[in-house]
Amino acid sequence: MARIIVVTSGKGGVGKTTTSAAIAMGLAKKGHKTAVIDFDVGLRNLDLIMGCERRVVYDFVNVINGEATLNQALIRDKNCNLLYILPASQTRDKDALSQEGVGKILDELKKDFKYIVCDSPAGIEKGAHLAMYFADDAFVVTNPEVSSVRDSDRMLGILASKSRRAEQNEEPIKEYLLLTRYSPERVKLGEMLSVEDVQDILSLHLLGVIPESKSVLNASNSGTPVILDEKSDAGQAYTDIVARYLGENRPHRFIDDKKGFFGKFFGSK
Amino acid sequence: MSIDSQKTPYKPLALEFKSSTFSVPVLVLSSDELVVIEQQLQEKISLAPEFFRNSPLVVDLQEINKQGYDIDLAALIDIIRKAGLFPIGIRGGNVQQNKQALELLIPVYSIHSGGVSAETQKQKTIIPVPEPKTDIDTDVTATTLITQPIRSGQRIYASGDLVILAQVSAGAEIIAEGNIHVYNTLRGRALAGVRGNTEARIFCFDLQAELISIAGNYKVSEDLDETVRNKPVQIYLQDQALIIKDIVQHH
Repeated sequence: MARIIVVTSGKGGVGKTTTSAAIAMGLAKKGHKTAVIDFDVGLRNLDLIMGCERRVVYDFVNVINGEATLNQALIRDKNCNLLYILPASQTRDKDALSQEGVGKILDELKKDFKYIVCDSPAGIEKGAHLAMYFADDAFVVTNPEVSSVRDSDRMLGILASKSRRAEQNEEPIKEYLLLTRYSPERVKLGEMLSVEDVQDILSLHLLGVIPESKSVLNASNSGTPVILDEKSDAGQAYTDIVARYLGENRPHRFIDDKKGFFGKFFGSK
Repeated sequence: MSIDSQKTPYKPLALEFKSSTFSVPVLVLSSDELVVIEQQLQEKISLAPEFFRNSPLVVDLQEINKQGYDIDLAALIDIIRKAGLFPIGIRGGNVQQNKQALELLIPVYSIHSGGVSAETQKQKTIIPVPEPKTDIDTDVTATTLITQPIRSGQRIYASGDLVILAQVSAGAEIIAEGNIHVYNTLRGRALAGVRGNTEARIFCFDLQAELISIAGNYKVSEDLDETVRNKPVQIYLQDQALIIKDIVQHH
């Protein structure tokens, strides 16, 4: 059974697109046929992070409007042949998306793909709403600072009350916390919220912590998802996250500034 | 002369009687000296002219009658109108005052909150203005139970008691006409007894609220003493002051 994952946050600039690209690649690398959809119509970014911006012919809105078929619009990733990208339209705005149209495309993708990753735009308006509406799982991307945590909390409220699963009284969306841009040194100095602080406020299952890392910027600039940079800490953190999501039990890393494993303390959370 | 023209065609319902509750200021008099009343009324109004402008007003005569004063009701009503207020009733008046009020087209209310005296009921000229219910016995509305976290931006309203087992996030709002119980961390706003039940209480496992209110008496986070934060407390109203106390009494 296919699963739809929404990568969301409420706040902008916290790492939604980086995360979408990384986990979609991670899932595909694990042998699951995966599609990743850019819901940020008008502010298209995912194609840049995935390095396929020069191969975009048709986009999400074209498919919704029936101007292209899904197969024409899906772009096969150059690094992994199980990964496909559905880019957003840059020339339209979010009103070009309709709930009915999005639902139809997702239904069609579900026949062929194991995982469908929806990269949500920032905010809580139409684009973000449509990205999460059909989701089965939600990856809530949060930075360790108060405004990001507050916005994530708001988004969790929307997931719990406005999604299709909520409206049809089905089992609620499974919510996972991804803490990005984490810097243990700055937590120690009191400049950043700690993992415990964030979990205390959000009371959410922690899927993983991604450390603040130069490799993320490098990966974005070169158009390769950071998860492919196996030597980088951020790449390894995303590999762990994908493994944990798929049910593997991996200890948490990158939470303390001492190098090493602190899974004894955090593995059970 | 056509018969047709006399037929009353079917008309949709043009009106309907409904019961509603209003909050109206009451002017309690303790002197029969009209000059003094006029002067003090003006002083009060000048403190909050916007609040009093065109405000309806009920005049309470109970106190002056108790003290045996007699007051010229017509002159009093005149003073009140000149001050920019609209007298919409008297209460606590004697038989003569009530009669005089009705002659001035001013309704008469019973001194008992919510009720109308038998005498005035016969007149059928008034609409009762009941005060908010404070009687707990009549509050039989079921309890609302919530087991999921209340996230920022969410709003819960319960017409009876509200019991929440999960946390209430900052930016969330929980409102109940009765009591509020939060068996977890309370970070949002909690408003109990919102329809005027001053007996309502708030109980929480860990007080970090942005705002707490009982029957409209509120405290914001800044007003909360450090000694009551981050622990199990109950909050109740005593002489219109919010009291915050440990649930666990230390001996």
